[in-house]
Amino acid sequence: MKRSGIASIKARKGKDRLVYWFVCLFSFLAMIPLFVILYNVISKGYKNFNLNLFTKGTPSSMDALMAKMNGEPIPGGILNGITGSLLIVGMAILFSVPIGLSVGVYLSENRKHKFARIISFLADLLQGMPSIVIGIIAYAWVVKPLGGYSALAGSIALTIMMLPMIIRSTEETLKMLPQSYKEAGLALGSSYTNVVFKILIPSGFGGIFTGILLAISRVLGETAPLMLTALGASVVNWNIMEPSSAIPLLIWDFYNDPNLVEMVWSSSLLLLIVIFLLNGIAKIVARKWKV
Amino acid sequence: MEGITNQNGMEPVLRFIDVSVSYTPGVYAVKNVSTAIYPNTITAVMGPSGCGKSTLLRAINRMHDLYANIKTTGQIILKGKDVLKTDPMEVRRMAGMVFQQPNPFPTMSIYDNVLAGYKLNGIKLNKEEKDEIVEDSLRNVALWNEVKDAMNKRGSFLSGGQQQRLCIARALALKPEVLLMDEPTSALDPISTNRIEELLLELRKQYSMLIVTHNMSQAARISDNSMFMYLGELVEHNNTKQMFTKPRNRRTEEYLTGVFG
Ligand SMILES: Nc1ncnc2c1ncn2[C@@H]1O[C@H](COP(=O)(O)OP(=O)(O)OP(=O)(O)O)[C@@H](O)[C@H]1O
Ligand SMILES: [Mg+2]
Repeated sequence: MKRSGIASIKARKGKDRLVYWFVCLFSFLAMIPLFVILYNVISKGYKNFNLNLFTKGTPSSMDALMAKMNGEPIPGGILNGITGSLLIVGMAILFSVPIGLSVGVYLSENRKHKFARIISFLADLLQGMPSIVIGIIAYAWVVKPLGGYSALAGSIALTIMMLPMIIRSTEETLKMLPQSYKEAGLALGSSYTNVVFKILIPSGFGGIFTGILLAISRVLGETAPLMLTALGASVVNWNIMEPSSAIPLLIWDFYNDPNLVEMVWSSSLLLLIVIFLLNGIAKIVARKWKV
Repeated sequence: MEGITNQNGMEPVLRFIDVSVSYTPGVYAVKNVSTAIYPNTITAVMGPSGCGKSTLLRAINRMHDLYANIKTTGQIILKGKDVLKTDPMEVRRMAGMVFQQPNPFPTMSIYDNVLAGYKLNGIKLNKEEKDEIVEDSLRNVALWNEVKDAMNKRGSFLSGGQQQRLCIARALALKPEVLLMDEPTSALDPISTNRIEELLLELRKQYSMLIVTHNMSQAARISDNSMFMYLGELVEHNNTKQMFTKPRNRRTEEYLTGVFG
């Protein structure tokens, strides 16, 4: 009796160890693509990762060919893409944060309302919506009525993509807060609005802010919806009613141009750096802003 | 209710007239409660779990408004005002509440926590007024000396007992007419509990307090009057000494002697 007990413990320990090694192995395998991507982007991207990238617009294919033949570096950068991304994503932040916050607060405060449940379900649907579909919708509802491609249309497409993420993170964060913060605030004679803005949202700031950053880093690399809305532009544009470029749009253009194809890597490197930074900040904020 | 202690022979600060509260229609968690609370007294609210103590307390500062299903009827007169017919925000400024779990606002400093009531009500104060209110309130709860050099630290850095005293200070900063406390020491260790009890006795000079407690010796130590509730009804309200020595009602006696509850 006793002996068989010990034997089975040994067998179980052996099994545990086996499972452990398998988990390690698979974790390692899963990381391989990441390392391959990083290796490629960094080793091929650093060459053109210079001041030009940030200060000059996209060179014409011809100029790039000439420079190549003369053994000179590519005479241009992605300034138009950087400013375009700033403009489009910046506007998308302006639109999506207030709406997403409000809806998130509404959902966390009215968990049992039928209308809240419907909204919640719709937010889930939106989250699973392919970005190309969102692009088509923005094309039909914004580009067409406005009579042309524009940065504004692009930012609306991105807003639709960011919304469900911001709504969810706000809702989940606020739901985690103890009910007693809200009651304590109201018991001091506060209005409901003040409780939301001066207690609940600040208390959940870490989670909410992290959600916003992750939503930004998610849409920064979106290409398909922008092709159908912002279209792209070879010069810097700050007019929201005009077509505008964006970093991912330029990456796609570079990919299709043999004379500029090298710039795929430096542009991707910039995009990766920004996204890693955003994710890093999100992690730090989430850790530091624990209440 | 002739035995109720009334320190100064004054008018009641708080009067309940036929107060009933229901969570579900037809089921009363508090049933036809009528009584009065006098200035500068501590009233202990006792009774077995589920008898309606918290429900009665939360009716006073209209916390039931937060939940659509809860219906409160009757009259609660606080300083001459019918609470149920007054703007809830005004009522809540007149009736401070301290919760079972200490709950200083986690993103605010100790200083800001004390002033939270003013901030949340949009009342603007200059620096001197703020400093004065903070110091007074913290001295009131005997926390000043412990935290005066850590005003900018978050309230959540304090010990549980200190946090609870901070929450009392937060409620007192608004100079309420009554202080409502729902088992304020049940989450605290004996030493912190002791300090809070001393504090309440001190505060009695300025405030009237209702304190829900399951701890009978606590009620005996600090309260002037005691209310005993059972199944939503106020069975007995009398001065504490009489209630503990000569309870009028058999149920009160059974509860106090530990037959149930
Ligand atoms: N949110 C609620 N919904 C429905 N019924 C409730 C709710 N809260 C309390 N009740 C009911 O109301 C009655 C009184 O509850 P209350 O919380 O006032 O009791 P209590 O005396 O404070 O008890 P305890 O000593 O356990 O805190 C109980 O029967 C309880 O089941
Ligand atoms: Mg209770």
